[in-house]
Amino acid sequence: MPSPHWTKQNAGDKNRHRWALSHLQGLNVRVTSTCALAIFLFLALNLRTPAQVTSARLRLATAEPANWLTYSGNTQGHRFSPLAQITTDNVQRLKPVWLYQIQDLNAFQTSPIVVDGVMYISEPPSHATALDTRTGRPLWVYRRPIPSDVGVCCGQVNKGLALLGDTLFLGTVDAHLVALDARSGHVRWDVKVADYTTGHSITAAPLIVKDQVVVGISGGEYGIRGFLDAYDPKSGARRWRFSTVPGPGNPGNQTWAGESWKTGSAGTWVTGSYDPALNLLYWGTGNPGPDYNGTVREGDNLYSNCLLALDPDTGQLKWHFQFTPHDVHDWDANHVPVLIDAAIQGVLRKLVVVANRNAFFYVLDRQTGEFLLGKPYAKQTWAKGLDRKGRPIVLPGTEPTTQGTAVYPGLHGATNWASPTYAPKTGLLYVAAREEGTITYRATSAYKPGAYFTAGGMKGIPGVEPSGSVKAIEAITGQIRWEFPLHSPPWAGLLSTAGGLVFGGTNEGNVFALHAESGKLLWSFQTGGPIIANPISYSSGGKQHVAIAAGRTLLAFAIE
Amino acid sequence: MNVPRLLKAPDESALSAVITNGVPGGAMPGTRMTPDENRQLAAFVRRLGRTKAIEPFGNPQQGETLFWGKGSCGACHTVGPRGQRLGPDLTEIGVRRGPAHLRTSLLDPEAEIPDNFSVYRRVILMPDNFLQVRVVTADGKRLMGVRLNEDLLSIQLRDPSGGLHSFLKSELRELHKDWGKSPMPSYRNTLTEVELEDLVAYLVSLRGGSSE
Repeated sequence: MPSPHWTKQNAGDKNRHRWALSHLQGLNVRVTSTCALAIFLFLALNLRTPAQVTSARLRLATAEPANWLTYSGNTQGHRFSPLAQITTDNVQRLKPVWLYQIQDLNAFQTSPIVVDGVMYISEPPSHATALDTRTGRPLWVYRRPIPSDVGVCCGQVNKGLALLGDTLFLGTVDAHLVALDARSGHVRWDVKVADYTTGHSITAAPLIVKDQVVVGISGGEYGIRGFLDAYDPKSGARRWRFSTVPGPGNPGNQTWAGESWKTGSAGTWVTGSYDPALNLLYWGTGNPGPDYNGTVREGDNLYSNCLLALDPDTGQLKWHFQFTPHDVHDWDANHVPVLIDAAIQGVLRKLVVVANRNAFFYVLDRQTGEFLLGKPYAKQTWAKGLDRKGRPIVLPGTEPTTQGTAVYPGLHGATNWASPTYAPKTGLLYVAAREEGTITYRATSAYKPGAYFTAGGMKGIPGVEPSGSVKAIEAITGQIRWEFPLHSPPWAGLLSTAGGLVFGGTNEGNVFALHAESGKLLWSFQTGGPIIANPISYSSGGKQHVAIAAGRTLLAFAIE
Repeated sequence: MNVPRLLKAPDESALSAVITNGVPGGAMPGTRMTPDENRQLAAFVRRLGRTKAIEPFGNPQQGETLFWGKGSCGACHTVGPRGQRLGPDLTEIGVRRGPAHLRTSLLDPEAEIPDNFSVYRRVILMPDNFLQVRVVTADGKRLMGVRLNEDLLSIQLRDPSGGLHSFLKSELRELHKDWGKSPMPSYRNTLTEVELEDLVAYLVSLRGGSSE
């Protein structure tokens, strides 16, 4: 018996008819027009409309709040939902409505995409699944065999997919980019992006920018030479590659002593943001290699630990800002850049704000990269402050040593890859903040392709149990409006909604909702597994839902 | 290491796996090493096992009597099916710890409490370190115990008599975490030197199912 929910879909009837007929004709089935009508009606009652997400829809993603079309909800990196059915008054009634469980034991880090009643998720190590948003039941699965000798620093994981037209794009831990038919999971093309045997892998969600698929690379702990790529969505041909570590003769190469640039790392392993009006692509870069021993790579080590602004048509660098020059603490600047327009001293400006792993919050002009503001948002013991151009004034004696040096923030930073969220109504950037110092050691390490290349290690500070919080930072001033304490440093990202809420998760399995203005805890649910993913919101059956991956489970919540 | 046989790593592939993945549910975390580094570390660990073990010179039978008698160790520790589980289980303690460590634990229990935290504690299903916790409930009841688990909103304890307690943090007037403190008393003034050696010898003999 067909579900009434499906019969309500009127949009795209003509396309469905054509699709159904072409499907039948492909099966060499002879059809009369009456028969075709009957078949069409049957199929219309029982089949999903194939997703057709154009780049125009992506640019205006927040105009269709029932869907979640791209990694961060919109291209500006806000992870904000305009849906307001779930409010500060009724969120206490939020309950799980369905669960979907994965089989793999690697961390479940997906940020789902939702389009027209279908949820597309990635699963570890590099799988994809389409789920019915109403019931959570799988519609199709794509399971990729992974070579047994893949090396990744931090788990064989995947943070999400991208969708353009009716094609899904998935990066894989063996460093391929795969295009899948969104209707069936069938592989349309599969291209090798890099050599996984030398430590390259892809764990980030790709980003659709205009008519191309942009994908970043992981491998910062393996001495790769990082890059950002753009691919043709139809053929898989690479359109451009920007090397995050410049080669000889290129600007920035002189910031690497000797040949250390060859193993400079600077991975691009978190999805960036895009400003269609300025036509600029913003992307963060990771640590220089080897992580903890800077003596073998004297210099600022561009473009590691940077925010890059690139021309998306050519991959040409327009500007860069380096948060931590010559980093020796593994403070990757792999964050979702958050693009906002706001007045500074009475003048409306186009800004990008970043709460960086190094414990400083930054406001930059996103047209020019000009440093406008920077101040600590978490405990830090490594810098006296920032100079007028935003360069840190590093305190002596804070770099790793062979005996170990205690420093805040620690290895994992004052925040990590977990997405922040920006709520336009409050003007606050909400950040999953970590209070976790480490003792960092420096060692020597000879580079071998495919081998760990960090030259050091770390451990926790004795007698101190790390903690965390959600921090609400005024996006223009950097002032902390409120903090909500968490039991341990969070790996889960945050979502804000027009209902006045901020959703997040904890390592101990709590999903929670805070009042966006005050930070008061309004709702929580114990999911039973660590939450190492970003939440999203969408609508199904006319009701607002919130979804998040926790443990081995994807949970969808709604008010029944 | 005290003995050449590793209960969780009986062969080379198991040792390699333990080095890579740690011991799930235990204190040992995984490590990120290249295959070469893994092999080198495994070889080093095996060499440790070929070092002559330091044998305690006390009487283990006398030590067993002390354990369950004068020492009252069974009030907080289990050996096999006997005892209470406030502190760590000691069924295999002789595999994990040598005489010097065990002697220090008896004389100065707080000296050997793990003093740092595995930085990659992403999965905090069951926290480590037997943290001593003291609470005062909303109605004024005081309770001391060992933390079993904790999250954003709740904390679970085991009290010295073995009772299990779960509190919402909102139900507590006070919550104190006694970092570095141990409910275990020192035996410095309770046991003679001979008794101490006997007890250490008994603990060293506790190797679970190992016949070594």
